[in-house]
Amino acid sequence: MQPALSAAEIIREIKRAGIRFIVALPDRTTSEHLLKPMLEDPDFRVVQVCKEDEGLSICCGLYSAGHRALLLMQHTGLLDSINALRGSGVEGRNPVCMMVGLLQLEPGVKPTESKRYGLRIVEPVLDAMKVEHHLLQSDDDIEKMAPAIEKAYGTETPLVLLIATEPS
Amino acid sequence: MTMKRDDCLKALARQRTGEIVVAVYKAAQEWIQIAPHPLNYTFTGAMGQGSSHGLGLALGRPDKRVVVLDGDGSLLMNLGTLVTIANAAPKNFVHCVLENGTYETNGAVPIPGAGKISFSAFARAAGYPKTYAISSLEEWERELGTILHEPGPILVDLKVEPAGKYAEDFPRLYDLKHREAFGRALRESR
Ligand SMILES: Cc1ncc(C[n+]2csc(CCOP(=O)(O)OP(=O)(O)O)c2C)c(N)n1
Ligand SMILES: [Mg+2]
Repeated sequence: MQPALSAAEIIREIKRAGIRFIVALPDRTTSEHLLKPMLEDPDFRVVQVCKEDEGLSICCGLYSAGHRALLLMQHTGLLDSINALRGSGVEGRNPVCMMVGLLQLEPGVKPTESKRYGLRIVEPVLDAMKVEHHLLQSDDDIEKMAPAIEKAYGTETPLVLLIATEPS
Repeated sequence: MTMKRDDCLKALARQRTGEIVVAVYKAAQEWIQIAPHPLNYTFTGAMGQGSSHGLGLALGRPDKRVVVLDGDGSLLMNLGTLVTIANAAPKNFVHCVLENGTYETNGAVPIPGAGKISFSAFARAAGYPKTYAISSLEEWERELGTILHEPGPILVDLKVEPAGKYAEDFPRLYDLKHREAFGRALRESR
Protein backbone atom coordinates (compact mmCIF):
# COMPACT_ATOMS: atom_id res chain seq x y z
CA MET A 1 0.00 0.00 0.00
CA GLN A 2 1.17 3.50 -0.79
CA PRO A 3 1.88 5.58 2.33
CA ALA A 4 -0.48 8.54 2.68
CA LEU A 5 0.05 12.15 3.71
CA SER A 6 -2.84 14.12 5.17
CA ALA A 7 -3.07 17.60 3.68
CA ALA A 8 -5.11 18.88 6.64
CA GLU A 9 -2.43 17.63 9.07
CA ILE A 10 0.30 19.30 7.07
CA ILE A 11 -1.56 22.61 7.06
CA ARG A 12 -2.13 22.34 10.81
CA GLU A 13 1.59 21.67 11.32
CA ILE A 14 2.55 24.66 9.15
CA LYS A 15 0.35 26.87 11.33
CA ARG A 16 1.80 25.29 14.48
CA ALA A 17 5.22 26.37 13.22
CA GLY A 18 4.07 30.00 13.20
CA ILE A 19 3.99 30.36 9.43
CA ARG A 20 1.54 32.87 7.97
CA PHE A 21 3.18 33.73 4.64
CA ILE A 22 3.09 31.13 1.88
CA VAL A 23 5.15 31.84 -1.22
CA ALA A 24 4.39 29.52 -4.09
CA LEU A 25 4.78 28.38 -7.63
CA PRO A 26 2.39 25.51 -8.40
CA ASP A 27 3.67 21.97 -8.12
CA ARG A 28 1.44 19.05 -9.02
CA THR A 29 2.21 17.28 -5.75
CA THR A 30 0.97 20.14 -3.59
CA SER A 31 -1.34 22.30 -5.74
CA GLU A 32 -4.63 20.58 -5.23
CA HIS A 33 -4.69 19.84 -1.51
CA LEU A 34 -2.20 22.30 -0.03
CA LEU A 35 -1.90 25.40 -2.19
CA LYS A 36 -5.55 25.71 -3.23
CA PRO A 37 -6.89 25.43 0.35
CA MET A 38 -4.19 27.87 1.51
CA LEU A 39 -5.32 30.41 -1.09
CA GLU A 40 -8.75 30.28 0.57
CA ASP A 41 -7.49 30.26 4.15
CA PRO A 42 -7.64 33.65 5.89
CA ASP A 43 -4.80 32.57 8.20
CA PHE A 44 -2.40 32.65 5.26
CA ARG A 45 -1.19 35.36 2.93
CA VAL A 46 -0.15 33.63 -0.28
CA VAL A 47 2.37 35.35 -2.55
CA GLN A 48 2.53 33.84 -6.01
CA VAL A 49 5.85 34.08 -7.82
CA CYS A 50 6.81 33.77 -11.49
CA LYS A 51 10.08 31.94 -10.72
CA GLU A 52 11.15 30.07 -7.62
CA ASP A 53 14.34 31.99 -6.86
CA GLU A 54 12.21 35.11 -6.39
CA GLY A 55 10.41 33.13 -3.73
CA LEU A 56 13.59 32.37 -1.81
CA SER A 57 14.45 36.05 -1.80
CA ILE A 58 10.96 37.09 -0.72
CA CYS A 59 11.27 34.69 2.23
CA CYS A 60 14.57 36.39 3.15
CA GLY A 61 12.97 39.84 3.12
CA LEU A 62 10.09 38.54 5.21
CA TYR A 63 12.56 37.05 7.68
CA SER A 64 14.35 40.36 8.16
CA ALA A 65 10.92 41.93 8.63
CA GLY A 66 10.19 39.46 11.44
CA HIS A 67 7.96 36.91 9.66
CA ARG A 68 8.10 33.20 9.03
CA ALA A 69 7.33 31.92 5.54
CA LEU A 70 7.14 28.68 3.60
CA LEU A 71 8.01 28.39 -0.09
CA LEU A 72 6.08 25.73 -2.02
CA MET A 73 7.59 24.46 -5.26
CA GLN A 74 8.49 21.45 -7.35
CA HIS A 75 11.97 19.87 -7.22
CA THR A 76 12.68 21.40 -10.63
CA GLY A 77 12.10 24.82 -9.08
CA LEU A 78 14.54 24.00 -6.31
CA LEU A 79 17.13 23.03 -8.91
CA ASP A 80 16.44 26.31 -10.68
CA SER A 81 17.06 28.25 -7.44
CA ILE A 82 20.43 26.83 -6.41
CA ASN A 83 22.24 30.16 -6.74
CA ALA A 84 19.76 32.00 -4.53
CA LEU A 85 19.89 29.11 -2.06
CA ARG A 86 23.67 29.38 -2.07
CA GLY A 87 23.87 33.16 -1.78
CA SER A 88 20.91 34.11 0.36
CA GLY A 89 20.14 30.85 2.10
CA VAL A 90 23.47 29.34 3.05
CA GLU A 91 26.04 32.15 2.78
CA GLY A 92 23.55 34.84 3.80
CA ARG A 93 22.25 32.69 6.71
CA ASN A 94 18.57 33.07 5.98
CA PRO A 95 16.23 30.41 7.36
CA VAL A 96 14.34 29.90 4.12
CA CYS A 97 11.93 27.00 4.60
CA MET A 98 10.91 25.15 1.46
CA MET A 99 8.36 22.44 0.78
CA VAL A 100 9.41 20.66 -2.35
CA GLY A 101 7.27 18.21 -4.24
CA LEU A 102 9.07 15.22 -5.73
CA LEU A 103 6.87 14.88 -8.77
CA GLN A 104 6.56 11.32 -10.09
CA LEU A 105 8.60 9.68 -7.36
CA GLU A 106 7.78 5.97 -7.57
CA PRO A 107 5.72 4.77 -4.56
CA GLY A 108 7.86 3.40 -1.74
CA VAL A 109 11.14 4.20 -3.54
CA LYS A 110 13.86 6.37 -1.99
CA PRO A 111 14.49 9.52 -4.02
CA THR A 112 18.15 8.55 -4.51
CA GLU A 113 16.97 5.25 -6.00
CA SER A 114 14.38 6.70 -8.34
CA LYS A 115 14.57 5.85 -12.02
CA ARG A 116 14.32 9.56 -12.68
CA TYR A 117 17.60 11.45 -12.82
CA GLY A 118 15.98 14.74 -11.77
CA LEU A 119 14.72 13.15 -8.56
CA ARG A 120 17.84 11.10 -7.85
CA ILE A 121 20.08 14.15 -7.67
CA VAL A 122 17.96 16.30 -5.32
CA GLU A 123 19.22 14.96 -1.98
CA PRO A 124 22.88 14.69 -3.09
CA VAL A 125 22.78 18.30 -4.32
CA LEU A 126 21.36 19.44 -0.97
CA ASP A 127 23.97 17.35 0.87
CA ALA A 128 26.75 18.93 -1.17
CA MET A 129 25.35 22.34 -0.21
CA LYS A 130 25.02 21.25 3.44
CA VAL A 131 21.32 22.15 3.40
CA GLU A 132 19.18 20.27 5.90
CA HIS A 133 16.40 18.21 4.35
CA HIS A 134 13.70 15.82 5.54
CA LEU A 135 11.55 13.45 3.56
CA LEU A 136 7.83 13.45 4.30
CA GLN A 137 6.43 10.09 3.23
CA SER A 138 3.65 9.34 5.68
CA ASP A 139 1.63 11.01 8.40
CA ASP A 140 4.20 9.92 11.00
CA ASP A 141 6.66 12.32 9.38
CA ILE A 142 4.41 15.39 9.66
CA GLU A 143 5.16 16.08 13.30
CA LYS A 144 8.82 16.51 12.38
CA MET A 145 7.97 19.62 10.42
CA ALA A 146 7.44 22.21 13.15
CA PRO A 147 10.60 21.25 15.11
CA ALA A 148 12.63 21.32 11.88
CA ILE A 149 11.24 24.77 11.06
CA GLU A 150 11.95 25.92 14.63
CA LYS A 151 15.53 24.72 14.26
CA ALA A 152 15.93 26.46 10.89
CA TYR A 153 14.90 29.79 12.42
CA GLY A 154 16.93 29.14 15.57
CA THR A 155 20.10 28.48 13.60
CA GLU A 156 19.39 30.77 10.61
CA THR A 157 19.86 27.94 8.14
CA PRO A 158 17.66 26.92 5.21
CA LEU A 159 15.46 23.84 5.33
CA VAL A 160 13.96 21.65 2.63
CA LEU A 161 10.95 19.44 3.33
CA LEU A 162 10.65 16.94 0.50
CA ILE A 163 7.14 15.68 -0.23
CA ALA A 164 7.28 12.10 -1.49
CA THR A 165 3.66 11.67 -2.40
CA GLU A 166 0.63 13.83 -3.12
CA PRO A 167 -1.12 14.76 0.14
CA SER A 168 -4.88 14.22 0.17
CA MET B 1 20.30 63.00 -21.24
CA THR B 2 21.44 61.29 -18.07
CA MET B 3 22.11 62.11 -14.43
CA LYS B 4 25.33 61.52 -12.59
CA ARG B 5 24.54 58.47 -10.47
CA ASP B 6 26.02 59.88 -7.30
CA ASP B 7 24.04 63.14 -7.69
CA CYS B 8 20.93 61.04 -8.10
CA LEU B 9 21.70 59.06 -4.93
CA LYS B 10 22.58 62.22 -2.98
CA ALA B 11 19.22 63.72 -3.91
CA LEU B 12 17.46 60.63 -2.57
CA ALA B 13 19.57 60.76 0.59
CA ARG B 14 18.50 64.37 1.21
CA GLN B 15 14.81 63.49 1.05
CA ARG B 16 15.03 60.15 2.85
CA THR B 17 13.24 59.88 6.16
CA GLY B 18 12.60 56.42 7.61
CA GLU B 19 12.57 54.37 4.39
CA ILE B 20 14.21 50.98 4.03
CA VAL B 21 16.58 51.14 1.05
CA VAL B 22 17.51 47.90 -0.74
CA ALA B 23 20.42 48.40 -3.12
CA VAL B 24 22.49 46.26 -5.48
CA TYR B 25 25.84 46.50 -7.26
CA LYS B 26 27.11 49.99 -8.20
CA ALA B 27 24.16 51.72 -6.59
CA ALA B 28 24.79 49.75 -3.40
CA GLN B 29 28.54 50.43 -3.34
CA GLU B 30 27.88 54.16 -3.62
CA TRP B 31 24.71 54.31 -1.51
CA ILE B 32 26.32 52.88 1.62
CA GLN B 33 29.00 55.59 1.39
CA ILE B 34 26.65 58.44 0.46
CA ALA B 35 23.85 57.55 2.88
CA PRO B 36 25.00 55.21 5.67
CA HIS B 37 21.95 54.11 7.68
CA PRO B 38 20.95 50.98 9.61
CA LEU B 39 17.93 50.54 7.34
CA ASN B 40 20.13 50.00 4.26
CA TYR B 41 19.69 46.42 3.02
CA THR B 42 22.41 45.17 0.66
CA PHE B 43 22.27 41.47 1.55
CA THR B 44 20.65 40.34 -1.67
CA GLY B 45 22.67 37.16 -2.10
CA ALA B 46 22.31 36.57 -5.83
CA MET B 47 22.16 38.75 -8.93
CA GLY B 48 18.66 39.86 -9.92
CA GLN B 49 17.12 39.27 -6.52
CA GLY B 50 17.13 42.76 -4.97
CA SER B 51 13.55 43.59 -5.79
CA SER B 52 12.38 40.21 -4.46
CA HIS B 53 14.10 40.81 -1.11
CA GLY B 54 12.49 44.25 -1.16
CA LEU B 55 9.07 42.74 -1.80
CA GLY B 56 9.45 40.46 1.22
CA LEU B 57 10.40 43.45 3.37
CA ALA B 58 7.47 45.50 2.03
CA LEU B 59 4.94 42.73 2.65
CA GLY B 60 6.37 42.04 6.09
CA ARG B 61 6.38 45.70 7.15
CA PRO B 62 3.51 47.49 5.42
CA ASP B 63 4.09 50.45 7.76
CA LYS B 64 7.55 51.11 6.26
CA ARG B 65 8.25 52.37 2.75
CA VAL B 66 10.74 50.25 0.82
CA VAL B 67 12.86 51.83 -1.91
CA VAL B 68 14.74 49.38 -4.14
CA LEU B 69 17.78 50.61 -6.09
CA ASP B 70 17.94 47.89 -8.73
CA GLY B 71 20.42 47.48 -11.59
CA ASP B 72 19.23 47.34 -15.18
CA GLY B 73 21.18 44.12 -15.81
CA SER B 74 19.85 42.76 -12.55
CA LEU B 75 16.25 43.51 -13.42
CA LEU B 76 16.70 41.87 -16.83
CA MET B 77 17.76 38.72 -14.98
CA ASN B 78 14.51 38.66 -12.99
CA LEU B 79 11.89 40.33 -15.16
CA GLY B 80 9.11 38.16 -13.74
CA THR B 81 9.57 40.10 -10.50
CA LEU B 82 7.63 42.97 -12.12
CA VAL B 83 4.56 40.76 -12.45
CA THR B 84 5.01 39.28 -8.98
CA ILE B 85 5.28 42.75 -7.44
CA ALA B 86 2.38 44.23 -9.41
CA ASN B 87 0.24 41.25 -8.42
CA ALA B 88 1.16 41.44 -4.72
CA ALA B 89 0.55 45.20 -5.01
CA PRO B 90 2.44 46.54 -1.97
CA LYS B 91 1.46 50.19 -1.56
CA ASN B 92 4.75 50.89 0.24
CA PHE B 93 7.03 49.80 -2.61
CA VAL B 94 9.18 52.03 -4.84
CA HIS B 95 11.23 50.22 -7.45
CA CYS B 96 14.01 52.36 -8.90
CA VAL B 97 16.12 51.04 -11.76
CA LEU B 98 19.54 52.63 -12.11
CA GLU B 99 19.68 52.45 -15.87
CA ASN B 100 23.33 52.91 -16.83
CA GLY B 101 22.90 50.67 -19.88
CA THR B 102 25.69 48.32 -18.78
CA TYR B 103 26.78 45.57 -16.47
CA GLU B 104 29.07 48.14 -14.95
CA THR B 105 30.29 45.94 -12.09
CA ASN B 106 31.52 43.38 -14.60
CA GLY B 107 33.47 45.52 -17.03
CA ALA B 108 30.69 47.81 -18.25
CA VAL B 109 29.64 45.53 -21.09
CA PRO B 110 26.34 46.88 -22.50
CA ILE B 111 23.14 45.14 -21.45
CA PRO B 112 21.20 43.46 -24.26
CA GLY B 113 18.86 45.96 -25.82
CA ALA B 114 20.68 48.92 -24.26
CA GLY B 115 18.87 52.14 -25.16
CA LYS B 116 16.15 50.26 -27.06
CA ILE B 117 14.12 48.81 -24.21
CA SER B 118 11.90 50.63 -21.76
CA PHE B 119 11.81 49.55 -18.13
CA SER B 120 8.88 51.84 -17.40
CA ALA B 121 6.92 50.25 -20.27
CA PHE B 122 7.79 46.77 -18.93
CA ALA B 123 6.48 47.81 -15.53
CA ARG B 124 3.29 49.34 -16.88
CA ALA B 125 2.62 46.24 -18.95
CA ALA B 126 3.22 44.12 -15.86
CA GLY B 127 0.59 46.09 -13.94
CA TYR B 128 2.49 48.72 -11.91
CA PRO B 129 -0.08 51.46 -11.39
CA LYS B 130 2.48 54.25 -11.67
CA THR B 131 5.81 54.60 -13.48
CA TYR B 132 8.32 57.34 -14.15
CA ALA B 133 11.25 57.67 -16.56
CA ILE B 134 13.60 60.36 -15.29
CA SER B 135 16.73 61.66 -16.95
CA SER B 136 17.38 64.98 -15.25
CA LEU B 137 18.35 65.77 -11.70
CA GLU B 138 15.87 68.65 -11.49
CA GLU B 139 13.00 66.38 -12.40
CA TRP B 140 14.13 63.70 -9.94
CA GLU B 141 14.39 66.24 -7.12
CA ARG B 142 10.99 67.65 -8.01
CA GLU B 143 9.20 64.28 -8.20
CA LEU B 144 10.86 62.68 -5.19
CA GLY B 145 8.48 64.26 -2.71
CA THR B 146 5.56 62.59 -4.50
CA ILE B 147 7.36 59.32 -5.23
CA LEU B 148 8.22 58.85 -1.56
CA HIS B 149 4.61 59.31 -0.47
CA GLU B 150 2.15 58.21 -3.15
CA PRO B 151 0.71 54.68 -3.16
CA GLY B 152 2.80 52.04 -4.93
CA PRO B 153 4.03 49.90 -6.38
CA ILE B 154 5.88 52.51 -8.41
CA LEU B 155 8.69 51.96 -10.89
CA VAL B 156 11.16 54.76 -11.47
CA ASP B 157 13.55 54.36 -14.39
CA LEU B 158 16.55 56.57 -13.58
CA LYS B 159 18.82 57.24 -16.56
CA VAL B 160 22.27 57.50 -15.02
CA GLU B 161 25.96 57.52 -15.83
CA PRO B 162 28.85 56.70 -13.52
CA ALA B 163 30.46 59.63 -11.72
CA GLY B 164 32.81 60.14 -8.81
CA LYS B 165 35.19 57.63 -7.24
CA TYR B 166 33.71 55.11 -4.85
CA ALA B 167 35.69 52.16 -3.60
CA GLU B 168 34.02 48.77 -4.04
CA ASP B 169 33.51 46.73 -0.89
CA PHE B 170 31.63 43.51 -1.64
CA PRO B 171 32.30 41.91 1.77
CA ARG B 172 30.62 44.92 3.40
CA LEU B 173 27.54 44.57 1.17
CA TYR B 174 26.94 40.99 2.30
CA ASP B 175 28.23 41.32 5.87
CA LEU B 176 26.11 39.33 8.33
CA LYS B 177 26.78 41.74 11.20
CA HIS B 178 25.19 44.48 9.15
CA ARG B 179 22.20 42.30 8.32
CA GLU B 180 21.68 41.61 12.01
CA ALA B 181 21.92 45.31 12.75
CA PHE B 182 19.39 45.94 9.98
CA GLY B 183 16.96 43.44 11.57
CA ARG B 184 17.37 45.07 14.98
CA ALA B 185 16.92 48.57 13.59
CA LEU B 186 13.80 47.49 11.72
CA ARG B 187 12.30 45.87 14.82
CA GLU B 188 12.89 49.07 16.78
CA SER B 189 11.53 51.26 14.01
CA ARG B 190 7.77 51.31 14.56
C1 LIG C 1 23.88 34.69 -11.82
C2 LIG C 1 24.97 35.67 -12.04
N1 LIG C 1 25.38 35.95 -13.29
C3 LIG C 1 26.37 36.84 -13.47
C4 LIG C 1 26.97 37.48 -12.43
C5 LIG C 1 28.11 38.43 -12.66
N2 LIG C 1 27.71 39.81 -12.37
C6 LIG C 1 27.89 40.40 -11.16
S1 LIG C 1 27.44 41.98 -11.13
C7 LIG C 1 26.96 41.94 -12.73
C8 LIG C 1 26.45 43.17 -13.41
C9 LIG C 1 25.27 43.76 -12.72
O1 LIG C 1 24.68 44.68 -13.62
P1 LIG C 1 23.61 45.71 -13.13
O2 LIG C 1 22.57 45.04 -12.36
O3 LIG C 1 23.19 46.52 -14.31
O4 LIG C 1 24.42 46.59 -12.09
P2 LIG C 1 25.62 47.65 -12.34
O5 LIG C 1 26.90 46.88 -12.17
O6 LIG C 1 25.46 48.21 -13.70
O7 LIG C 1 25.41 48.62 -11.23
C10 LIG C 1 27.18 40.68 -13.29
C11 LIG C 1 26.90 40.30 -14.69
C12 LIG C 1 26.50 37.15 -11.13
N3 LIG C 1 26.99 37.74 -10.03
N4 LIG C 1 25.50 36.25 -10.98
MG1 LIG D 1 23.70 48.40 -14.97
